[in-house]
Amino acid sequence: MTTTLEPRASVSPREEFVSLKHGAGGRAMRRLIAEALTQGMTDLPVDGVGLAAMDDGATLRVGDQWLVITTDSHVVHPVFFPGGDIGRLAVAGTVNDLAMMGATEPKGLTSAVVIEEGFRRADLERIQRSMLETCREAGAPIVTGDTKVMGRGELDGIIINTTGVGLTRAPVRDAGLRTGDRIIVTGTIGDHGVALMARRHHLDLDGDLSSDVAPLNGLIRAALAARPEAVSAMKDPTRGGVASALHEMAEKANLGIVIDETRVPVHPVVRSAAEMLGLDLFHIANEGKAIIGVHPDHAESVLAAILAHPLGKHAAIIGTCIADHPGRVILDTGFGRRLVAEPEGEPLPRIC
Amino acid sequence: MTETLTMAGAAELKFRDPAQARRLAAALEQVSAEIGRAPVSVMHVCGSHEQSIAKFGLRSVLPRSLNVIMGPGCPVCVTDLPEVDEAVVLAEDGVRIATYGDMLKVPGTVFSLSDAQARGGKIDVVYSAAQAVELARDTTEEVCFFASGFETTAVATAAVALSPVPPNFTILSAHKYIPPVMEIVAEMPGNKVEGFLAAGHAATITGSRIFERFVEKHRIPVVVAGFEPLDILAGLVKLVELVRDGTPEVVNMYPRCVSPEGNRNAQEQLWKVFRTVGGKWRGIAHVPNGNLRLRDEFARVDARRRYSIDLRRLWTHAPATLTQQCICGDIMAGIASPTACPLFGKTCVPDAPVGACMVSSEGTCKIWHQYGGHPDL
Repeated sequence: MTTTLEPRASVSPREEFVSLKHGAGGRAMRRLIAEALTQGMTDLPVDGVGLAAMDDGATLRVGDQWLVITTDSHVVHPVFFPGGDIGRLAVAGTVNDLAMMGATEPKGLTSAVVIEEGFRRADLERIQRSMLETCREAGAPIVTGDTKVMGRGELDGIIINTTGVGLTRAPVRDAGLRTGDRIIVTGTIGDHGVALMARRHHLDLDGDLSSDVAPLNGLIRAALAARPEAVSAMKDPTRGGVASALHEMAEKANLGIVIDETRVPVHPVVRSAAEMLGLDLFHIANEGKAIIGVHPDHAESVLAAILAHPLGKHAAIIGTCIADHPGRVILDTGFGRRLVAEPEGEPLPRIC
Repeated sequence: MTETLTMAGAAELKFRDPAQARRLAAALEQVSAEIGRAPVSVMHVCGSHEQSIAKFGLRSVLPRSLNVIMGPGCPVCVTDLPEVDEAVVLAEDGVRIATYGDMLKVPGTVFSLSDAQARGGKIDVVYSAAQAVELARDTTEEVCFFASGFETTAVATAAVALSPVPPNFTILSAHKYIPPVMEIVAEMPGNKVEGFLAAGHAATITGSRIFERFVEKHRIPVVVAGFEPLDILAGLVKLVELVRDGTPEVVNMYPRCVSPEGNRNAQEQLWKVFRTVGGKWRGIAHVPNGNLRLRDEFARVDARRRYSIDLRRLWTHAPATLTQQCICGDIMAGIASPTACPLFGKTCVPDAPVGACMVSSEGTCKIWHQYGGHPDL
């Protein structure tokens, strides 16, 4: 009993250190990025969509096309989970970020792997096979990479960073929603996060729970082909879930979004698990879903194209953009209406 | 796509039928109007009730003349500063703390457990007391289960205390007992509560009969209600009817789970392990018999006896000035609403909570802040 606690300083101690809430994809994370990471960077001139847009990636003008570039570091616990593993996640995550900006045919990916001393070689090879398989599925080759090994305890298992590049003539932004646009979700929500949380906390619900992690570029290509000019905005609801994605889209476009909860696709087992754990499915991460804003006249035809794709079988039109309540996401529950809360920190189970 | 894959699938559940909900909402409007004065104030004393009301957007269909106040029903929120401090001190001294997720951000005098974690403390989120025991079994480290919650979760803690546990396992009880605080609220000067909606899950343990003495003494009706939208609406209709008719009674509207005498086995376990002691509930008051502490027979698993937790080192710091402006107490007592607080939504936000009500997903201020309390959507 020798520790002494320091008095509350003028700066609250909770802000002196980076904590997990800063990595959860919500407001706290956006503030940390703005205050500590992008200061000054956003002032440098960019010919395209740069850091200031805080989009899924960047676009840079190359000749008469746009080079889309995005990067993502992947850590996941456990490394192997129902429905996938860190390798599949690392490839799909970056392929999806490219697709969300309209680059559905990735030119190439890089892969930088940091491994903890003592990591099982068999596991590493299993991850590699999974990456290869996902690359084939997405038509995205890994073209260069980097490998580091660090001492035991200096990281937890393995970190994989992937960067991807692709070309497009028509970049799609996450800020492009217009009043009247319909909101499409390409399938059931919450599958990835709930599957992981159940496994992580050893809840014996695993049976039918499986992550949705998958490369979406094929599905997005089909959606864009149906009506290229009708798609106004896209975003993949990963960390922070559908709630975080919709909030960002509503804020950037300065309009309100009304979601009809009864139309939101949810796997029944995921719904039960979330209720048991006291989790809000709108806050749970997805790794194989997209939120797509579409002009109302073409919403049905874009939806039909998505439904025809194997990864889009459960897609649905779940909402509408309105001029009122700018920056807010409203949920019509069928019983009444309420605001959709923006996630604050990691989703944690409640006690009652 | 198939119907079972949508949220509408949930509507097929018996207690989530929107059409029935509309009928109940209309009945509630009718009964409230029959009272002929406004506002009529009733209080629920359970965070899970508010969670459901918020989650399903029920506040937007409640009659304007009916004021449904959120009482001190969030066990996380009423956990007092020194209780959090005890866990923080243990964590800083190298004891691994296992606790429920929403305890992490509850501010202590200086630090929350989340702060302690960022400073190197080992904090594990668990879903049950039993899981904390498993954690202790899997390690040689000292593991302390920081236990919070009302009767329902206290029973689970009791079951663990009664079972064989590894020697490196202890319990730090911050459990609370609901019936005494209803007395406090009923006797609080300025309170306008005309009826209570009692928590169905706690009543599965205590039974509905436990409220009879309270009703007799205070002449205020109590309705025991469940947590599905129809449970809550039906409970409110019954409660407002009792207010209208001036009949102070206990009515059990959750008979599919709650019996008059409750779960005898669970009660036996609860009182074998715990005794009630008076203690401060954060923001409320000193609540006689409001805290559940381990009995002497369970000293071997009691963290307060295993360790000498030295809180005096915290008492040298004056409470932050912001904390003094916080009106959580008035909010939980139903005297003020969150918007009446000068800190609400400005310096006190879920991200950096000042008061306990902003911390838990069951806290009045957090629910209000996140779900808006905006019936005009």
